[in-house]
Amino acid sequence: MQSLSTSSPSTQRARHRALIPLLGLAVAFVALGSMSLGPVSLGLGRIVGALAGHDDPVARAILLQLRLPRTLIGLMVGAMLGLSGAVLQGYLRNPLAEPSVLGASNASALGAVIALYFGLSEWHPALLPLMAILSGLLAIALLFALAGRSESPLSLILAGIAVSTLAGAGISLALNLSPNPFAAMEIMSWLLGSIENRAMQHVWIALPCIAVGVTLLLIDPRALDALSLGEDGARSLGVDLRRTRRRLMLGVAIGVGGAVAVSGAIGFVGLIVPHLIRPLTDRSPSALLIPSLLGGAVLLTGADILVRLIPTDAELKLGVVTAFLGVPVFLFYLLRERRLW
Amino acid sequence: MVTISTENLSVRLGRRDVLHGISARFEPGTLIGVIGPNGAGKSTLVRALVGLIDPHEGTVTLDGHDLAQLPARERARRVAYLPQGQTLHWPLTVERLVALGRLPHLGPISRISEEDQAAIEEAMARADVSHLAERVATELSGGERARALLARALAVGAKALVVDEPLASLDPGHQIDVMEMLVREAQGGAMVLAVLHDLNLAARHCDRLLVIDNGRLVADGPPAEVLTEETLRTVYGVTGYSRMLDDVPLVVPLTRWRG
Repeated sequence: MQSLSTSSPSTQRARHRALIPLLGLAVAFVALGSMSLGPVSLGLGRIVGALAGHDDPVARAILLQLRLPRTLIGLMVGAMLGLSGAVLQGYLRNPLAEPSVLGASNASALGAVIALYFGLSEWHPALLPLMAILSGLLAIALLFALAGRSESPLSLILAGIAVSTLAGAGISLALNLSPNPFAAMEIMSWLLGSIENRAMQHVWIALPCIAVGVTLLLIDPRALDALSLGEDGARSLGVDLRRTRRRLMLGVAIGVGGAVAVSGAIGFVGLIVPHLIRPLTDRSPSALLIPSLLGGAVLLTGADILVRLIPTDAELKLGVVTAFLGVPVFLFYLLRERRLW
Repeated sequence: MVTISTENLSVRLGRRDVLHGISARFEPGTLIGVIGPNGAGKSTLVRALVGLIDPHEGTVTLDGHDLAQLPARERARRVAYLPQGQTLHWPLTVERLVALGRLPHLGPISRISEEDQAAIEEAMARADVSHLAERVATELSGGERARALLARALAVGAKALVVDEPLASLDPGHQIDVMEMLVREAQGGAMVLAVLHDLNLAARHCDRLLVIDNGRLVADGPPAEVLTEETLRTVYGVTGYSRMLDDVPLVVPLTRWRG
C-alpha cells in the first residue's frame, strides 16, 4: 500500500499493463534456463538445433527425454498452483487461502500414497496419477456434502480443514502401517514433491487435467471482483454464487489433482505467488489471475533450476525448496504489517 | 422508470416467519424510508425487494414481472442495492470500487467501454467522490467511505436504488449529505428506498415512510401522518414528543414507555 502513494496513477496503470508481458518474458526465460541447465549444459544453439531435428543425438536425447518433460511439467504445475491460489484467495476473500485449504492437495496426495502403498504404481505407471486425481475429486464431493448449501466462506474453510485433516490422517496411517522402511521412504520422498525424472507420459496425464482446471478457473473472473463486496453485494450484481462455487471447486480439484499427480505435494507456491503479484496490480481479484498463473510457472520452474544447481549429496526435493522460499516472503509481509519495514 | 410492488409478501428464514403479508407499491420519483425497531424485518424486506431472498408466500414484482423469474443479471441492471454494513474485502481504489457497479453490464471478458467509464465518472460526481478516485477505498474516513459505496451503487445506472442503513456511524453533516444525495436521485426519477434509523432525517427527507414492526407493515404514508407520538409508543416502546417544524414532524424520544 505504501507504494501506491509514491507514484502517480498514470505510471501505475502503465506498470499494471506491462505486468503480463513482463511475466510472459520471464516464463520464456526460465523455460529456456530449465532446458539448458543441468549436469550437461546446452547452449541456445544446440537446443534449437535439437528441437528442429538436426543431427545431434546426445542433445536430442537429453532434451526430449529429460529436460522437455521436466520443463513442461514445472511450467504447468506452477501455473496451476499459482492460479488456484489467486482464485481461492479471491473467492474466500482470505489472503491465506491456497489449494491445501480446501483439502484438494492433501486428498490427491493420499490417493497417490494409496497407489504407492498397495504397489499399484508397479502394475501400471498411470495408476498413481489416476488415483491422485480420483481422490482429489472424491475430496471435493465430500467438501460439498460437508459445507452444504451455505454460501459463507467460513463453512467452506471449515469443511476443507476437515477433509484435509482426514486425508492427512490417511497419509500418516499409510506411513505407520507401511510394511518396510523402503516403502515408507518411497512414500515420504514422493510427498516431498519433485519433478525430476518425469517423462512425456506424465505430461500427457497432467496436461488435460490442468487445461480443464485452468479453463474452469478463468471462465468468469469478474465474479471474484464482485465478491469483494461480500455475498449479498455480489448477488445483487447478478452473480450466481452457487454456480460460481461449483465451477471453482471443480476447477481446483481437477487441476490441482492433475498437478499433484505428477509432481507430488508441492506447497507454498499457491500461497506466495498471489502475495508477490498483488502489489503489482490494482489489487482486484480478477487482475491477479493471469499474472499469478504466469508467476507460478516462473517460481516453480525457477525453484526446479535451483534444485539442479545446488550441490547436495542426496537429491534436493522441489517441495523443500519452495517451502524455504515461502518463509522470507511471509517474514517480509509480517514486518510490513508491523510497520517495521 | 421502475415500479416495485409486493403483494401479500411473507418471508421465512429457516423456521422463523420474518415478514407477514406485506403489500405495498413503490413508485418512481419518490424517496421512501423504511423505519422500525431493530429486528423488525426491515433488512429482510429490502433483501426480498432486490431478489436476494425468495418469498415464502406472495410475490414481488418489478414493473409487473415476477422478480423471482427475472434472470439475475437483468434484475441486477434494474435494481441497485447497497447492503447494510457493506465491507470491502480488498484495498481497491475508489474508482475500481465504483467500477464494480458496472459488472451487470459487462460480459465475462469484455473490457470497460467508454459508456461504462462515463457512468463510473458520473456516479463518482453525483456522490461527490471524484476527487477521491485514486485513493484506496479501505483507507477513507467514514463519510468518504459512505459516499464511495453509494457511488458504487449509483454506477449500476439502475432506475431503482435500495440502500440499507446508509447513515450508520456518520456525523450529522455527512448524514445530511447522504440524505440529500438520495433526494436528488429520487428527484431525477429513480425509485429510492432507504432503511433508516434516524427518524428526524427520515421525516425531513423522505416523501413517504413505511413502518415495519414485528414483521408487519403497521403504517405507510407521509412522514407527518406516520411519525406520531402513538407510533413512538406502540412501535418503538418509547414516550416522546412529535411536533411540527416547517411542516415536518420533529421527533424527540424521551423515555422507555412502561404502560
